[in-house]
Amino acid sequence: MIGKVDQPRVEKAIVQDKTHFLQMKEHPWLSTASFIAILLLWEWVSQMAWVPPLFLPAPSSILSEGWTMLKTGIIFKHIFSSLTRILWGFVIACSLGVMVGILIGFFSIPEAVGNPIIAATFPIPKIAILPLLILWLGIGEASKVAVIALGVFFPMVINVYTGVKNVDPLLIKAALSLGSNRARIIRKVILPSILPMIFAGMKLGIGIALLLVVAAEMVAADAGIGFMILTAADLMQTKKLMVGLIILSLLGIFFNWLFQKLERFFVPWKQ
Amino acid sequence: MKVLIDHISKVYIDRRGESTEALQDIHFAIEENEFVVVVGPSGCGKSTLLNIIAGLLSSTSGQVIFEGTQTDSRPHTAVVFQDFALFPWRTVLKNIVYGPEESGVKRKEQFEIAKRYITLVGLQGFENKYPHQLSGGMKQRVSIARALANNPLLLLMDEPFSALDAQTRTLMQYELSRIWEETHKSLLYITHNIQEAVFLGDRVVVLSRRPGRILDIIKIDLPRPRGEHLTLEKKYLEYADAIWGHIKKQAREAMEEAG
Repeated sequence: MIGKVDQPRVEKAIVQDKTHFLQMKEHPWLSTASFIAILLLWEWVSQMAWVPPLFLPAPSSILSEGWTMLKTGIIFKHIFSSLTRILWGFVIACSLGVMVGILIGFFSIPEAVGNPIIAATFPIPKIAILPLLILWLGIGEASKVAVIALGVFFPMVINVYTGVKNVDPLLIKAALSLGSNRARIIRKVILPSILPMIFAGMKLGIGIALLLVVAAEMVAADAGIGFMILTAADLMQTKKLMVGLIILSLLGIFFNWLFQKLERFFVPWKQ
Repeated sequence: MKVLIDHISKVYIDRRGESTEALQDIHFAIEENEFVVVVGPSGCGKSTLLNIIAGLLSSTSGQVIFEGTQTDSRPHTAVVFQDFALFPWRTVLKNIVYGPEESGVKRKEQFEIAKRYITLVGLQGFENKYPHQLSGGMKQRVSIARALANNPLLLLMDEPFSALDAQTRTLMQYELSRIWEETHKSLLYITHNIQEAVFLGDRVVVLSRRPGRILDIIKIDLPRPRGEHLTLEKKYLEYADAIWGHIKKQAREAMEEAG
């Protein structure tokens, strides 16, 4: 036999599963436990007064501060202001984004006109446009809503555009062969095809909206979470500031959960 | 009603301006209630031909003519694609009513049409399933029902069973044969499978490799209803052998070119 080398024989050689290490183990309790552990560590560090409470107040004191703000209702005023701005900006941006995205994705002339405009304006950090928007629309609500709308519009329009470009051409052919015209194709094939992309755009957009609402409220506002955080910092009320951060985190988590539920409901054909 | 494929040629021109001739002077007719199968080696432009007839692609020269039809708004053709092309966001029932929906049939009537074709293709109990919940064979049943529900003058099928496993494919051939014998739709069926062509067709159009030309048109004189027993008959095998004789050399050349 070619390549045969005289080697001592082993009795048995058992085949091992070489992919063994690829199977990620699940650690169901570790996530919760580690989270609690970090909080406890933080609490301990603060209680021992190793860090001045001005810099790092204890979680328990932040919580009680939050509870007080909840009872006085002051917190709701800020949340309501911010949410109203987010909602308006978000709704405007999503509807415009979907319309423009379909337009430039499906028709060649809007694509030729729209693409360079989007490519040129997309990279500008939206917060840098805020002064210009204030100049145009005044210091009130309109400029804040506009900056949020602008920020959410771009991920939406780009997602929708990509979605339209990736619609399965076979489905369009099938619809055409069954008698659809162009308008029907958009409504009955393109729109449902891009629904998952729209939801992806919304999830991206809500993060941007939270960022921009806070930024806009820090520039000029008399209410809102951003305003609350900034004034708390000015007055060295670190606990209040921390409450603001927790609210932002909770809002982010809530919106993600909400969009996930909505997606399940509106896109039942994707598991 | 008769569909005339009138001297169709197709030349593709790519971005660099190089041209590829896909079809060369294809000329034949599909009679009313006739089952015509186009068979040929891979890359003979079969699918190109089907797309031209379906109005989903323009020909370079020649035209497709529906003779003796009433001028109504009814769609002329409906296509069953190899990859099913079902709308994933529509249930089985909603997929099937797509055509009637588009031609403005009333909702109640849509439902009756759907029910009829669901029964015909054997999809009872699956009405409210989504395509991703179905097997390949079931998906293709939905696609066939959807095409038939559109009430086309000519039903077009583009290698409809190629994406299925061999056993499902054989069963679906029997099914299609049964469905066709119940509906007698004018049908143009594209395949590269010779046995399938002989089993299903009234006539078989044999195409050459690129550029696709008609090598022969063979009338399949086998009794209907056709079933499993047919595949053992001498005449069936002779037809298959005759077609293979035409295609063998072409297929080998195509294979070597591709390799």
